[in-house]
Amino acid sequence: MSVSEAAARFERQYADYRRTKTVWTVLFWALFVACFAVSIVVTRFDVAAVVAGLPRTTDFIVKMIPPIGWSTFGADVGEWYWGIGKWLNSLLNTLLMAYLATVLGTTIGGALSFLAARNLVKSYAVYWITRRVLEIARTVPDIVWALLFVLAFGIGPLAGVLAITVHTLGAQGKLFAEVNENVSALPIEGIRAAGGNWLHEMRYGVLPQALPNYMSYTFWRIELNVRSATIVGFVGAGGIGHDLFTSIQLLYFADAGAILLIVVATIMAIDMLSERYRHRLIGKEQLSQ
Amino acid sequence: MLKIEALTKIYRQVAAVDNVTFDVPAGQMVGIIGRSGAGKSTLLRMINRLTDPTSGRIVCDDVFSKSVEVSALRGRRLREWRGRCAMVFQQFNLVPRLQVLTNVLIGRIGYRPTLPILLGLFSEEDRALTIRALERLDMASHALHRADALSGGQQQRVAIARALVQQPRILLADEPIASLDLRNATIVMDALRRINKEDGITVISNLHLLQTARDYCDRIIGMRKGEIAFDGRPSELTDSLAREIYAVGDGSEDEVVMAFSATSAVASH
Repeated sequence: MSVSEAAARFERQYADYRRTKTVWTVLFWALFVACFAVSIVVTRFDVAAVVAGLPRTTDFIVKMIPPIGWSTFGADVGEWYWGIGKWLNSLLNTLLMAYLATVLGTTIGGALSFLAARNLVKSYAVYWITRRVLEIARTVPDIVWALLFVLAFGIGPLAGVLAITVHTLGAQGKLFAEVNENVSALPIEGIRAAGGNWLHEMRYGVLPQALPNYMSYTFWRIELNVRSATIVGFVGAGGIGHDLFTSIQLLYFADAGAILLIVVATIMAIDMLSERYRHRLIGKEQLSQ
Repeated sequence: MLKIEALTKIYRQVAAVDNVTFDVPAGQMVGIIGRSGAGKSTLLRMINRLTDPTSGRIVCDDVFSKSVEVSALRGRRLREWRGRCAMVFQQFNLVPRLQVLTNVLIGRIGYRPTLPILLGLFSEEDRALTIRALERLDMASHALHRADALSGGQQQRVAIARALVQQPRILLADEPIASLDLRNATIVMDALRRINKEDGITVISNLHLLQTARDYCDRIIGMRKGEIAFDGRPSELTDSLAREIYAVGDGSEDEVVMAFSATSAVASH
């Protein structure tokens, strides 16, 4: 084949390629616009209503902050945070709930993630069932799990821990499984060729490769779970969420504001800490390679 | 003695290895040559049983106390076979984020109960064995380094150390030097030859360079399109026979040229 022939053939192929690409691009944008339009209609999203309702949101926020004067600043804030001891105690409860649920959920989800990775299990049935179990655990919102467990085990943090554990194991199991599916097969083969069994392959072939990603997901999960642990308090699973819910129910908006600020500050603190740790983890990883 | 009897592997109706029969007496160093796609890799992987044969048998009479049909082994016995029939790979297949020490200790997993191994507990005896194996390959000073911090040649030596602590009777090497530069290729081939001579371990190695096989092996098996095209001593492999092994008949001579061009490449050790 001469050079000009090759060039001509390439031009033809390139034109084909461009045509297919254009068709797909047009289809994609058409679908995007259609979905956008349908969502606006179905959810009755209305900019005018948003603008009209906006002042009422600030009303609520204003009600959450009691009058604080410059001259009486300390006394006013002290008055606002009259329940600080109780609230901090509840906060500690919530944090420990989140921590325990993260540990339990990550351990169980992590174990299941090996069975939910297509490249690691031979049996399609095992893979399929594990995936479905993780999906159910994950897609049922943790507040629904909490309601269920409150009914089963009574009001208190146990129901909250269980609820968040179940949701966490579903989420971690899926995320970890995806990490597992991306590890290199070569070390696994090396271990198999040395006479290793399946457990050896997972422990020494997969785990070391996947661990940094597991850690990163787990720190992120702690943040999410502190938030979840607050929310599940609304349905009787204890902690600071319970205090927040009670104060809103009793229309003690100033209390609600005080508690909300504590929660926001805590989550921000955890976010910053874990961000720093995650960066250090990744940084170390890159240095040693 | 390792007996390969009418071994065949069919992938999507194409025979990657086609009715291959040969014996390897204990302690021999065999080089398998041929173009890429000739079935060398598939053959080796079937011997370690990483790949299951479509038909044919592999029989070994001197690794276990009695003659064993390797191709029929399953479960624990199969893993035991893999342990005694070690394998090193072109890409080394080490665990990148683990220390060299741990990577070599993995060679001991076939000999120990699973639970302590999963907890990372290896015996002092195994550690001693590991350090001695690393020492033989001049890698003991790297024992605490991470495997991915090493050069390719160093990684292959670690992989050979892992194979050694398996205390194998047979060592399979699938293109052990194809990813290495000349100097490291020489070091690795010298190590394989030394292990073969000193320990009496049978070595079967796929090699892409004809000259390497000529320099290091007692016996050369040439494969072409899944079949054995030559089987004999290096001195019996004339240039015209070698050309036949590498020829495909479609006029593409690149691999032939490559296989011959590096004639003195590894030989200059």
